[in-house]
Amino acid sequence: MQNKVTCSSVIQKKTLLQSDTTQKLLAFGSLIIMFIVFSLASPNFAKFDNIVGILLATAVNGVLAVGVTLVIITSGIDLSIGTGMTFASVMTGVFITYCKLPIIIGVLGGIAAGALCGFINGTIISRMKIPPFIATLGMMMATKGMSLVISGAKPIYFTDAPAFNKIAMGSIASIPNAVLIFFGVAIVVNFILTRTVLGRYTFAMGSNEEAARLSGINVAGWKIAVYTMCGILFGLAGVLMASRLNSAQPALGQGYEMDAIAAAVIGGTSLSGGEGTILGTVIGAFIMSVLTNGLRILSVPQEWQMVVTGSIVVLAVYMDILRRKK
Amino acid sequence: MGDILVKMEGIEKSFPGVHALNQARFELRAGEVHALVGENGAGKSTLMKVLAGIYSKDSGHIFYKDKEVEITSPRAARDMGISIIHQELNLMPHLTVAQNIFIGREPRKGLNFILNENQINEKTKELLDMIHLDLDPQTKVANLTVAKHQMVEIAKVLSFSSEVLIMDEPTSALAESEIEELFRIIRQLRDKGVGIVYISHRLEELKQIADRITVMRDGCYIDTADINSVTKDQIISMMVGREIYETARHEAANKSNEIILEVKNLNRGRAIKNVSFYLRKGEILGFAGLMGAGRTEVARAIFGADPVDSGEIFIKGKKVTIKSPKDAVKYGIGYLSEDRKRYGLILGMDVETNIVLAAYEKFQGVLGYIKQNKTRKKAKSCIDELKIRTPSLQQKVKYLSGGNQQKIVIGKWLTRNCDILIFDEPTRGIDVGAKSEIYKLLNDLAQSGKSIIMISSELPEILRMSHRVIIMCEGRITGELDAKDATQERIMQYATKRENAINTEIGGLEYAK
Repeated sequence: MQNKVTCSSVIQKKTLLQSDTTQKLLAFGSLIIMFIVFSLASPNFAKFDNIVGILLATAVNGVLAVGVTLVIITSGIDLSIGTGMTFASVMTGVFITYCKLPIIIGVLGGIAAGALCGFINGTIISRMKIPPFIATLGMMMATKGMSLVISGAKPIYFTDAPAFNKIAMGSIASIPNAVLIFFGVAIVVNFILTRTVLGRYTFAMGSNEEAARLSGINVAGWKIAVYTMCGILFGLAGVLMASRLNSAQPALGQGYEMDAIAAAVIGGTSLSGGEGTILGTVIGAFIMSVLTNGLRILSVPQEWQMVVTGSIVVLAVYMDILRRKK
Repeated sequence: MGDILVKMEGIEKSFPGVHALNQARFELRAGEVHALVGENGAGKSTLMKVLAGIYSKDSGHIFYKDKEVEITSPRAARDMGISIIHQELNLMPHLTVAQNIFIGREPRKGLNFILNENQINEKTKELLDMIHLDLDPQTKVANLTVAKHQMVEIAKVLSFSSEVLIMDEPTSALAESEIEELFRIIRQLRDKGVGIVYISHRLEELKQIADRITVMRDGCYIDTADINSVTKDQIISMMVGREIYETARHEAANKSNEIILEVKNLNRGRAIKNVSFYLRKGEILGFAGLMGAGRTEVARAIFGADPVDSGEIFIKGKKVTIKSPKDAVKYGIGYLSEDRKRYGLILGMDVETNIVLAAYEKFQGVLGYIKQNKTRKKAKSCIDELKIRTPSLQQKVKYLSGGNQQKIVIGKWLTRNCDILIFDEPTRGIDVGAKSEIYKLLNDLAQSGKSIIMISSELPEILRMSHRVIIMCEGRITGELDAKDATQERIMQYATKRENAINTEIGGLEYAK
């Protein structure tokens, strides 16, 4: 009897290993293949400058994707990350350019603006029981409007604070700060997700919310925490965006949420909750930007780029479904 | 057996329209396995949910270790040392065994925010060792079998140092070897002095595991006895002991009627095992059995709602392939689900729409234009025929009574010209008056030449309605009785005739030789 039990637990471990890593290997493999294909197709692709460009393009979307991954693991969704990011960058502009406050206050203020949006999202969802899709759709529209109102629909430039641009565009060993910040964020959030109470309850709520509640977990409170966390991250993305463009562009932002959600999904985060990793999402974010960059270098018209990206997203999810069936 | 741990007296509990517990009592000693049995709806689970703080009692007294207590919530019960393992388990499939056991009370370090994963893995290992279960604490629960889920729940209960453990049908999803494993662990707990309440339909296994048995019927306490002082037959007669209000039918269907549906060797995993039967024209064939016996699964398989592994279906002697409900409907089979509100009706739409819903091709013109005069006429005639009481054709179905809703589902399938109707618990949630109307309707349908399969967990209903009764247990057909031979006792005998019990009987005989 004992023998049999041991034997079956070994088998269980093996299938576990297979199922958990397959999607990531698959995603990582496709990233490598895409890289090779584009390098062969165009001599300009693998050049250092272009690769730095890809990294830079990934940074903002990557930070958003990491944030939305947390929310998706709880089996929720956050549609307000794109326009919320813009709202945060506008607020940063308001603090630094309009109010002439120190850069550090502007940065923290921008992040706080994002956190506030996330907190409101979480509160509406968990206390008023409004589905995440609706609650964050509302927040998406509201933040878009607020950005335009506050800025008077005009970009806010950071010409008076030249150091602000350095936050994203300064570099260490020719790697832009924005990229380093993105990696830092990924490492920290990965730690939170795998090693802290917040992370554990994120998975627990997404896996079986009722069981989590019956285990005495304050589901509403932790959900607010997760959405606030997502808000902090899109706030940070807003600061990075403003710094990179050296201006807060109030009309920008819509559509970024879809790229971020796509990155998370390609990376193996399950929209039904309970599953997802930061590493997967980071790979997913890179797949999105390598694809965009590569197609542009091959002078594929932008319209067609969208068609290809869309197909890739659906394909990635289909692969995931096939994998689960087995 | 030790001291009395729990004593429940005069427990009353009502739900809207149901008197679930009527002066129920129960007593549990330390270090015993106390079986709680009764028919479906006898109030076993309700009584235990009261004890576990899931339901609050309307009146009555609960004594725990000689002190009267009020158990207000599952958490309060758990803190007192009373744990329940539900029929449907409450684990988080994406988390590991250890994470599930310590969810909500993880040991922490560093700022009280960082998890001490090593500690929970070690503690879990200790718990699992205690019940001699060789399982890696870091395995994800999703990768475990249902039996192992049970074990994990038990380990979780252990970690609360519970003194009372309630198990609701713990073996319903387990295979034979897994049941042995579970029993081993239950005995271990018992020897440590834990009082265990064991709810089960499987009378055979009670002899193996239980010390005492309490029988409930219709929300009332019937009797408590030492398991060795009662026979299975005595238990069954205590369970079904109520008077039969309705006289049983004592006629068989006309044997000369043609066989309209024949099923041969139907198989689907562990749910359906080698099921073969036939149905005559104008016959009401009762399907009896306990919950989870596989009756609904057979119905769904015939209706094409679930894929089957093997088996043949003949309609009027011709072999047919039914791959989806659409095929089944084409061959004139209608299935009336036990959960009509979910699967049978569109509650938010009106009576007329629901009646013609399955048969729109009869009423549509060019480009899907609906010929409303025709649908109206049809719905009207249906309402007259089935005596559906509704203020108008435009009344939304959700405002009608259960009996009238059921009639509308029947009307829907009749409109679709179905000759074979499968009723799954046709009178569930319908009050007594409407029940007899449904019975009359079923009889009329049978007389008019429709063939009916009626799945029911209520034995009086089976006896009253069926021309012939098929009894299932654990996915197999264990017996078939003509109306004149059918009694509650005989049906229960077949319904609890488990495969392994048959095997051990045979094995025992051989050993005796």
